[in-house]
Parts: sequence; C-alpha cells; structure tokens
Amino acid sequence: MYPSRFGYESPKTVEEAVALLDASGGEAKVLAGGQSLVPMLRLRFAAPEMLIDINGIEGLRYHRVDADGTIRIGALCRHEDLEEDDAVAKAVPTIAAAAPLVADPIVRTRGTFVGSVCHADPQGDWAATMTALGGHIVAQGPKGKRDIPIADFVIGPFQNTLAFNEIAVEAVIPAPKGVRIGNYLKLERRVGDFATASVAVALDMVGDTVADAGIALAGVGGRTINANAAASELIGKKLTAENIASVAAAVAAVAEPRTDHRGSADYKRQIVKTFVERILTGLLSTSQKAA
Amino acid sequence: MTSLYDEVQAAPGEGVPTRRVTIKVNGADRTVDVEPRLLLAHLLRQGLKLTGTHTGCDTSNCGACTILFEGRPIKSCTMLAVQADGHSIETVEGMATASELHPIQEGFKEEHGLQCGFCTPGMMMAAKALLDKNDNPTEDEVRWALSGNLCRCTGYQNIVKSVLWAAEKMRAESK
Repeated sequence: MYPSRFGYESPKTVEEAVALLDASGGEAKVLAGGQSLVPMLRLRFAAPEMLIDINGIEGLRYHRVDADGTIRIGALCRHEDLEEDDAVAKAVPTIAAAAPLVADPIVRTRGTFVGSVCHADPQGDWAATMTALGGHIVAQGPKGKRDIPIADFVIGPFQNTLAFNEIAVEAVIPAPKGVRIGNYLKLERRVGDFATASVAVALDMVGDTVADAGIALAGVGGRTINANAAASELIGKKLTAENIASVAAAVAAVAEPRTDHRGSADYKRQIVKTFVERILTGLLSTSQKAA
Repeated sequence: MTSLYDEVQAAPGEGVPTRRVTIKVNGADRTVDVEPRLLLAHLLRQGLKLTGTHTGCDTSNCGACTILFEGRPIKSCTMLAVQADGHSIETVEGMATASELHPIQEGFKEEHGLQCGFCTPGMMMAAKALLDKNDNPTEDEVRWALSGNLCRCTGYQNIVKSVLWAAEKMRAESK
C-alpha cells in the first residue's frame, strides 16, 4: 500500500515548524523517525493533510547528562544512539537495557526516543520507560516552551497531551536521588514482534535504601500501565525478598492483559510478576555485591 | 492486472504537487520530481528501475527493502523519497563492480545463503552495515544484526555462514 496524498514541508528551525503546525489548524503531523507514522500512512490509519518533517532541523539529535545529573534527550535522538555504551546509558540503566530491545536493529537507526513516547503505543518501550523514570516532555508551541510531566503526557492508547501546534522537542529525566539503578525486561516471540509483556523498573538508591521507585508496563493493557503506586511500597526501605514479592504481586494486579495468540491474560500477568521479581532480585544482588 | 505498486507512479500525474529532489544513489546524483507520498523503495524500483531492492511487507517488518542511508541500514519502505533529498544512499546494485562480486555476495554464493532470493538484497545490505562497523563479528553479532530481516526459506543458518565467510574474506583482503 501507499499513503494517501499529503503536503510536505521540511522546515529548518523549530519555530518555523511550529508556525507550519499552527497554520495547519490541526491537520498536520510531525515526521521525525517515521517508523510508526510511515507504516500508519501506508495502511491509511493516518491521513494527514500535511507532514512536517523535522529531520532537517539542526541541533535536535542529542542526548546528554548535564552537570547536575539531569538527562536530556533531543527530538531526533535515534534509538540506536542510546544503544551505544555512552553516558546516558550508564546514567540510566533502564534505558540501556531497553534500547537494544526496541523494534529491530534497522528500525532503531531511524526511530526516535521522543517520537516513540509521543506515539504512546501501549506496546511502546519508551513510554513505559519514561513512566517508570518519571520525567517530563518539553513541548514547544507558538507561545514558547512548557514542561509536561510524563504522567500527564501519555494519557491513553496513542494519545498524548500535545496541543495541535506544539512539538515535543526534548525528553527530560531528572537527576536521581542518590544512585539510579534499574532494568527492562521484554518477552517477545521474535525480534520486532509485539511484546507479550514488558516491565520497566527504575530505582534511586541512597546507600541500600530505596529513595524513589518507578515501575511501568507495556504490552499488558490498552495503554501504558503506570504501576508507580505499587512500586512506592519500596520507598524508604531496603530491598528484601519479602517486599520484592509483595511489590511483584501488586504490580501484576494492576496489569490489564488480554488473552490473545501471545498468551492468556493469566499467563501475561504471571510474566509481569516474574519479571518484576527477577529485576528487583537482580538489583538487590548487584547492590549487595557492590557494597 | 495492475499491481498496487504500479499505481503511484514515480512520475506523478498532471497537476499533482511534486518536489524536486536530488539523491546520491550508489555514488551518482539522481534528480527526480516526486510526489511527497512516494516511498523511497518505490522510487528506487519504479522511478530509477533499481529493482534489486525488494518490498515484501506493508508494516516495516520484513527488511527486504533494506538499503544504506548515509551508511546506516534503513527500511526504504518506511522512508519517503522526499526525505532522501540531499542524502547519499546505497542499494544492492552498488555492491558488485562490472567484473567482481562484493565479498558479501560471494559469501552468499559460496555458503548457499539463499533459496528463493527475495530477502537476499536486504540481508546483504544489513550485513554490509554490520561489516562496515565490525569486520570481525561473532556469530551472535551477525544474528543480532540480521534480526530485522525475515527469511522464509533458509532458517538463517546459511545466511549467517555467508556473512561470516564474507567477513573473513574482507579481513584477508584488507591485510
């Protein structure tokens, strides 16, 4: 298949792109990596009047750790940029673990982190990762920039809270309280398939005490599942076999899996529980070795 | 019967808005007027008659259309032709010279890395992207690099052998 007809602009600045979006009155879509959008155009799930290609805008392909520990990921940072052994991957182990599991190696050369969060696919690895990490998205519109906390950004399947004339220019992950640890596990039948279940865990540790905890799930519901409330049981405590088991059960309880050809709802819930336990037990044993 | 792929012509109809783009294809600049909705894979196949790039699926799954875009592998069915304006791309036609196969092509021949051959151009371009970065990959690294490319015939075993064969040959040649 091929897409329906659309206009195409390739602005050179974010301001120009925002002006084009504003003038479109809501009929334009931003094209970044295009690894979800172009297939959607081809299948005609999307038929915008105009595509605004931001790939020609200089200065959006970056990812860095600021001096204060804040992580910033620009709108054109590709998945593969985060796969390399670099500062961001070291600072955010959950990102380092998820990056090689996004789609397949060829899609990862084009697809973008920020675009994936915006797409808000219930299967999306980065929307779940960001939800566990608790960062925010910087949106730029005609009146300037605003920060949208991730919990208020990804609000449903394929739904974010950008206004029609705003572009998500950056994802920001705050500096950790102490040392950030975490992991990401995904069960898929083959590379590039939809996940049977994915679990993102991010913990901030002060000594051996959990200072902050985030858990989110992908593939086990009609939206990205925010399990941060269940994870908060760990805050202020040391990880133990008992509280790991309790959190794993609580996280599995908030999953909303459906039975399909990838497995029954019960099976997927069991995978979530097992993955949460496996990740937290792994983090506990690593931190014990480090101590 | 007209196939679907023939319907959006690389040469657009009268009155259809187009953009003029110049793309360096296998080292030579090609300038064409394209409709924005034309996919790069379709421009290559229909407009430029480079039919070595195959299109196998509608969902960015199969990787048969893999080409190199600025040296990195991409799925050309998931990029618009207009997006390649001003960029350099490499297709399977750019691999061999008039007299000599590329070592990766030789590898596929020597190790029987294909049966029906449909996935082969994409496999070879993905392999080239790997070997350009890593001239001595392990079997696992080869399998990982090819994990975005589907083959329905071989079971992958001989494809992996082919790439390892090519890597060895390329290392020997560069000495």
